[in-house]
Amino acid sequence: MTDRPAGHPIRILVAKPGLDGHDRGAKVMARAFRDAGFEVIYTGLFQTPEMIASAALQEDVDVIGLSILSGAHMTLFPAIMDALKAVGRDDALVIAGGTIPATDQPAIKALGVAEVFGPGTRLQDAIEFVRAHAPVREDTA
Amino acid sequence: MTTSKPGLVAQVRAGRIPALARLLTHIENDTPVGRAAFDALYPDSGEAHLIGVTGPPGGGKSTLVNELIRAYRARGQRVAVVAVDPSSPLTGGATLGDRIRMNEWHADPDVFIRSMASRRFGGGLAENTLAVAHILDATGFDPVIVETVGTGQDEVEIARLALTTLLIQVPGLGDSIQTLKAGSLEIGDILVVNKADRPEAIGLIRDLHHMKALAESHPEGGWDPPVVKTSALKGEGIDNLIHAIAKHRAWLESSGELAERLRTIAGEEVAARVRSEWRRWAEGSEAGAELAAFIGRVADREVSPRQAASDILEQLTKPAR
Ligand SMILES: Nc1nc2c(ncn2[C@@H]2O[C@H](COP(=O)(O)OP(=O)(O)OP(=O)(O)O)[C@@H](O)[C@H]2O)c(=O)[nH]1
Ligand SMILES: [Mg+2]
Repeated sequence: MTDRPAGHPIRILVAKPGLDGHDRGAKVMARAFRDAGFEVIYTGLFQTPEMIASAALQEDVDVIGLSILSGAHMTLFPAIMDALKAVGRDDALVIAGGTIPATDQPAIKALGVAEVFGPGTRLQDAIEFVRAHAPVREDTA
Repeated sequence: MTTSKPGLVAQVRAGRIPALARLLTHIENDTPVGRAAFDALYPDSGEAHLIGVTGPPGGGKSTLVNELIRAYRARGQRVAVVAVDPSSPLTGGATLGDRIRMNEWHADPDVFIRSMASRRFGGGLAENTLAVAHILDATGFDPVIVETVGTGQDEVEIARLALTTLLIQVPGLGDSIQTLKAGSLEIGDILVVNKADRPEAIGLIRDLHHMKALAESHPEGGWDPPVVKTSALKGEGIDNLIHAIAKHRAWLESSGELAERLRTIAGEEVAARVRSEWRRWAEGSEAGAELAAFIGRVADREVSPRQAASDILEQLTKPAR
């Protein structure tokens, strides 16, 4: 993979899908990514898969960080990945954080989610993962 | 010699949103692909009404822009928004949170919203914000609305770059002298008192009218910035605001000021480009040594600063670049 050129900060969408009203995790994630020097598009609570896909498309983000607390993750993730594919943004790196049980993680990764940062993981790990894996899209330079 | 990625410009011309979104990244990062595409598409711009929205942090700019989208969509217009938020001077990172107020348009193909980090460019904009706006204009969006970083009133670049600037004021930001800094009449073509659902708004509106009365009267046939009160939260006053914008547009056209402003904007952009080309050259590694040599000769009194500058300019313009 080629290096990211100077002057091309990583653009990352941080969204909180699901119907629960807890955005603390998403805000912590957004702040950590900002402090890591990323440009964070923060869309907040109650994001539907279509909203996430539309923002990923229009904002041309490299990475999508999903914060999920609700137990609905096994229905949300497939819907989000389908919506991204529908707008042609399944090339973005998708990562997830929140309360996702370890037993569900293989199934989620099989959908194309690159990494799951469950309870007990450090934000620094997520930052380093993004730095290492954010796609440098072929016509970026 | 660089050419645009095959088809990117053509795809953008054909209205393909994925290509547009991708191109805007190239424009924002000022890549060779972006530069070539900008040259190709710029002649197609100049049709859209470019509306600037500025005012204090948290004044309700994004919420108001969301209401403007609603109003223009109701009139059948395709609306684009460029929303700028500040970059951290320490890390260079940014949280771009304007879009959060405009989530409801996700299913509407005739609304396009793009967030930009200011990347430490001054004046409440990013360096390439206007170029992004031109591309959206060239793609057929009209109006194109630019939301600036929430600023104090001293650093407002947008007033010189937009056709109509909405200066948002809100009640309760301190005493009236603080709020009504001199100069707001020059910045705002329309003075918007948002959060007018708050009782203190009455005082602010009175103070604004008072300030206008004290200001030098505008020349015959000139533009008299109206005070429009809105509650973006409740969706009130928006029709009046749309009406004021249309009136300003009509005045720009009938007074000849439109052509004047378009020339001023073009002039500002050319000057800014020359500055950034210069910076790009000076910061480039090949130029570093050359520049240091020029500076050394000036410090040693071999040549004057003026002479060195004209030698540098000659160098800058000579080689085919
Ligand atoms: N009472 C009242 N609150 C409003 C109104 N318009 C916006 N707000 C609230 O003001 C807060 C800030 O609104 P934004 O639209 O994000 O303000 P902004 O000027 O875009 O903020 P920045 O981009 O961060 O500078 C939100 O909580 C809005 O709900 C209004 O007309 N009345
Ligand atoms: Mg805003």
